[in-house]
Amino acid sequence: MRRLLTAGLTAAALLAAAVGLGIAAPAGAGDIERVATPAGVEVWYSREARIPILSVALAFRGGAALDPAGKEGLAAFAAGLFDEGAGALDSQAFQQAVANRAIEFRVRAGRDHLWVTLNTLSRHRAEAFRLLGLALSAPRFDEPAVERVRRLLLNARATDAMNPRIAAADRWFRTVFPDHPYGRPTDGTAAGIAAVTTDDLRAFAATRLARDNVVIAAAGDVPAAEIAALVDSALGGLPASSAPATVGEAAFANAGRTVVVPLSSPQSAVVFGMPGLKRDDPDFYAAVVMNEVLGGGSSSRLFAEVREKRGLAYDVHAYLYPLAHAGLYMGGAATRNDRVADTIAVVRAEIARLAADGVSEQELAAAKGHLTGAFPLRFDSGRKIARMMLHVRLQGLGLDYFDRRNGLIEAVAREDVARVARRLLRPDLLTLAVAGAPEGIETAP
Amino acid sequence: MTAGSPSGQRTASAARPHRLAVAVFLAALAGAGGGAAVAQTDGEPARLFAADSFTLDNGMQVVVLENRRAPVVVHMVWYRVGAADDPPGKSGLAHFLEHLMFKGTARAGPGEFSREIAARGGSDGAFTAADYTAYFQRVARAHLELAMEFEADRMRNLVLPESLIEPERAVILEERGSRTDTAPAALLAEQIAAAQFLNHPYGTPVIGWRHEIETLTRADALAFYDRHYVPGNAILIVAGDVTAEALRPLAEKHYGIIAPGSRPAARLRPREPPPLGPRRVELVDGRAAQAQLVRSYLAPSHATGDSQHALPLQVLAELLGGGAVGRLHRALVVDEAVAPWAAAYYATALDETRFTLYAAAFPGQAIAPVEAALDATLAAFLTGGPDEEEVAAARERMIARATYALDDPGTLANLYGTALATGHDLDAIESWPSRLAAVTGAQVIAAARAVLRPERSVTGILRPAEGG
Repeated sequence: MRRLLTAGLTAAALLAAAVGLGIAAPAGAGDIERVATPAGVEVWYSREARIPILSVALAFRGGAALDPAGKEGLAAFAAGLFDEGAGALDSQAFQQAVANRAIEFRVRAGRDHLWVTLNTLSRHRAEAFRLLGLALSAPRFDEPAVERVRRLLLNARATDAMNPRIAAADRWFRTVFPDHPYGRPTDGTAAGIAAVTTDDLRAFAATRLARDNVVIAAAGDVPAAEIAALVDSALGGLPASSAPATVGEAAFANAGRTVVVPLSSPQSAVVFGMPGLKRDDPDFYAAVVMNEVLGGGSSSRLFAEVREKRGLAYDVHAYLYPLAHAGLYMGGAATRNDRVADTIAVVRAEIARLAADGVSEQELAAAKGHLTGAFPLRFDSGRKIARMMLHVRLQGLGLDYFDRRNGLIEAVAREDVARVARRLLRPDLLTLAVAGAPEGIETAP
Repeated sequence: MTAGSPSGQRTASAARPHRLAVAVFLAALAGAGGGAAVAQTDGEPARLFAADSFTLDNGMQVVVLENRRAPVVVHMVWYRVGAADDPPGKSGLAHFLEHLMFKGTARAGPGEFSREIAARGGSDGAFTAADYTAYFQRVARAHLELAMEFEADRMRNLVLPESLIEPERAVILEERGSRTDTAPAALLAEQIAAAQFLNHPYGTPVIGWRHEIETLTRADALAFYDRHYVPGNAILIVAGDVTAEALRPLAEKHYGIIAPGSRPAARLRPREPPPLGPRRVELVDGRAAQAQLVRSYLAPSHATGDSQHALPLQVLAELLGGGAVGRLHRALVVDEAVAPWAAAYYATALDETRFTLYAAAFPGQAIAPVEAALDATLAAFLTGGPDEEEVAAARERMIARATYALDDPGTLANLYGTALATGHDLDAIESWPSRLAAVTGAQVIAAARAVLRPERSVTGILRPAEGG
């Protein structure tokens, strides 16, 4: 990895020669190896022998968007139960086994994926992978654990409902995707969580976790020769195939609307968004650069206009949110109730201005400087390296992406930004959800 | 599955201090006290990383934590001064100065340092706690010297135009509004600390009381700066892709040329008198989603009070609050099912500090059964004590968890900085695993009996509505 990340200096050709599926790369300070396991799983692995830790990131394709209607929260519910007993170990025994070795094991549901992270001291790796395998292949879903986790999830949803940021985001997705699973909260609804049965959870585990929909990456201190056996010890017990499941493309509805979630809070949270683009869109990198100028950080136009010049909000930001079945361009702000209307007006004006005028050469250069300079900072820990490799695999970007990525940013020209800005930045399509007690907000479409 | 729990009080600021705080660095070790080396399974604790350290002629300490995984460095300067050093009546001054440190010097314009870092893809920020104030940049290795140049410059050459003072004070008042005044749990925490410390400044919030923040002036900030921001009071920590050999000439070039200035002020704060009776604070706030309970006990630190209890108290926090296997979680969340979460926290500090327990009720449920279950759990523990196996497992968990700090240069730098700025030395950090490994159940129960006493306690209750 270190060699990869001396950004751009490493020739892609050299890398290509060094790695091949199932062929270990020459011993080097952390090049990525692609390893095919006997059970038929491919793992990307980056070695770092000087730090006695192993970090693993996995994703199963298919997330909360596959929750059945009326069982909203099933994936999140199951995610909360994978450390609550498996195989011969009941909840307490499993958690003791994990805790006493300081193994970090977390499962979380996203819209399109079930995310799993496993971190272990390298000396506990065999036990960590064994427990991971037990958890994924033989979860118990014992009644007391199921009911306890149900209470915790319901408690979290009740707390979320009073959190302006979460309440606004939930309402935004419901508004924009009224007839698509993306419109439902990933963490579920109280009614959905209440309706989930133990049979539902067992069916989830049996049909949604399989070798054909898992993607895995690992970084750390394990001899490369061992990694295939470790991965198979965890994933070899999974069924070969997951149940067929499809999620339809999500059409963007209610564009241009503003909705309010009334909450008694002196501050309002604003979530805004428009149709965006997907990760494989040819204009993706142009959009990344465009967003860097508009809302990417503390030198963005939104930050300057909303926060610095007018003091309207502490925080304002925008980001690309490419889902599997919808592309979104979103943003958010938090501000006093009496400043919500002005904040929204400035956001709207800045979106229109960039769509009309594009960006300056100076802004383009600054945005590229930040984006390319920040890239190596995503690789300074094993956890981050594992997460990045997983991301690259899920998006199908290819092993050479680590070398190509900054070049893709550098290649974006002003005209590219102008083109993608005209395409994406549509104030008429801007849809807003405000949670709080905002003043002067017109909620009619 | 375990739910989240609160952590200690620290006020952080992002790249630009007027931006709402973003805590980039995690509090590395809940039990704190530092922890760096790693015990191997079979025998001798091994130092799996070594801190290199040297001191510049002007008294500035330098610590190097090499990690060559990626060509990235975290560069930090920690000052051994914090909110507990705010002069009486001027609470929030250390934090105010932290914000003003971004306003430029004779050479660098306001915000220029942050802009230069951001333009190269880096990130920067600062944070203030009771015992320390720290500034950091995370950049590609190639830009380390740039960060050093700017950071060294602002140690002595801060320029504060009067025109920037009032707006920044307003920003901090808004920050207080956002982080504290609109957050019922934060208001409760503030009241509990104030009730706990009759005399010591740990009872005053890091961000300051609103009515005192409103009166802070440019002269206040500069007097504090001149007194405390001197090389002998500062620690430079660089973690990541750098060696001590490579860093030394850079440190000498940029920091070594700074005149020693006045001697660092002695860190003598007013001590607490013996506590004589339990205290109770109850808040009713309709913005709370559920009732919460905080139980705080005045506790010794590694440096102040009955300090032999400090390390056993770290183990006690793990035994009671250690995630899904801690006694509180097992009793309150699993067995009695009265709480969605429960936790324990023992913070490292220079002076006498607190040992704190947390729990919540489910929405719509009363807090009384939670408090009863907490008290019963503590009583059972104080009577029966832990068995040695339970203590051994807790120690092992703590040492194993500390090992994770090796993975991330920022976490490691934060761990060292926190420990050094709260009065530990490097030996104390590196001997932590072996010292911890020697803690016995008898020591833990002795510490628990000494500290978890009613007269040392403050109980704080937050209710969403009267009678809740």
